[in-house]
Amino acid sequence: MSEKAIFELLEPGLVQNLGSHTFGREEIIEFARKFDPQPFHLSDEGAKKSHFGALCASGWHTLSVWMRLNIDNGRKELERLCGQPIPADTFGPSPGVRNLKWSSPVYVGDTITYTSTLTGKRKNPKRPGWGMMMSHSQGINQNGIVVCAMDGAVTIRTQ
Amino acid sequence: MTGDLLTFEDFPAGKEYPLGPVTVEAQDIIDFATEFDPQPFHVDPGSQQAAQVGGLIASGWHSCALLMRMMCDSYLLRSASDGSSGLDEVRWLKPVRPGDTLSGTSTVVSSRLSKSNPKRGIIIFHYEVRNQHGDVVMEVSGSGMVATAAAAQERAAAAGDRP
Repeated sequence: MSEKAIFELLEPGLVQNLGSHTFGREEIIEFARKFDPQPFHLSDEGAKKSHFGALCASGWHTLSVWMRLNIDNGRKELERLCGQPIPADTFGPSPGVRNLKWSSPVYVGDTITYTSTLTGKRKNPKRPGWGMMMSHSQGINQNGIVVCAMDGAVTIRTQ
Repeated sequence: MTGDLLTFEDFPAGKEYPLGPVTVEAQDIIDFATEFDPQPFHVDPGSQQAAQVGGLIASGWHSCALLMRMMCDSYLLRSASDGSSGLDEVRWLKPVRPGDTLSGTSTVVSSRLSKSNPKRGIIIFHYEVRNQHGDVVMEVSGSGMVATAAAAQERAAAAGDRP
């Protein structure tokens, strides 16, 4: 038994490549109909009347896709970076996120590539066996422009 | 004319807009999480991970999306909103569970004209979302952009939306 707790192996600066997603017209509209039905997220006509100029994704859609890619690829990436498997129950809920930025619109057909960079970790003195992992995440479009960014945290087992 | 459109001038400091109510069913939680956040405690009520948190809980991103929908229905859809460039903080304080009824308040903390674009105002908001027991489940701080009345009128005229 030589495997350490993944918590011990985490080092600030590690970069998880979470993959890419191309935002299609239908999914942008479907998300917006349910959760963010502002005219610039529903149709080109509505968007033309706004400063966006063309149909663009809800910021919550952009970040929800980050979450999906984090689920699909985040743990695999940590396994690659740390060189050992990570048990399925390693991570718990997140207390929240800070500094959410939607710095540029995500238009139909844009391909957003997401990364998360580890920024820190700490043990929770009030909850033995658990701690927190902090990271900075961002999404970049096919032209190299950052479209979204945030500082996140997630609870993690420490042993 | 901008009709009854809410503009920058309708968001002075201290102004409150009520949010919700909206009830979240188990299937809503599972549907959202299946697409965007398929962790066991969001999609599988029978999972060990769900048991550890007292049963199925909604993705925090689902809660954010529901806050967005409540903002749209309360005031954004009848406003000259120009979207948001970001939020300072989202805090998921308590789990949202099947059957919870969420409501809340958007409070204007401060508002000012944009320095780079004086046709637009920047509104600093604090959002609070509560469940049916009165527990605060989520707090959010952030900003939104809303056109001034004059700019909204210009925009409507340019788009040919005359009454």
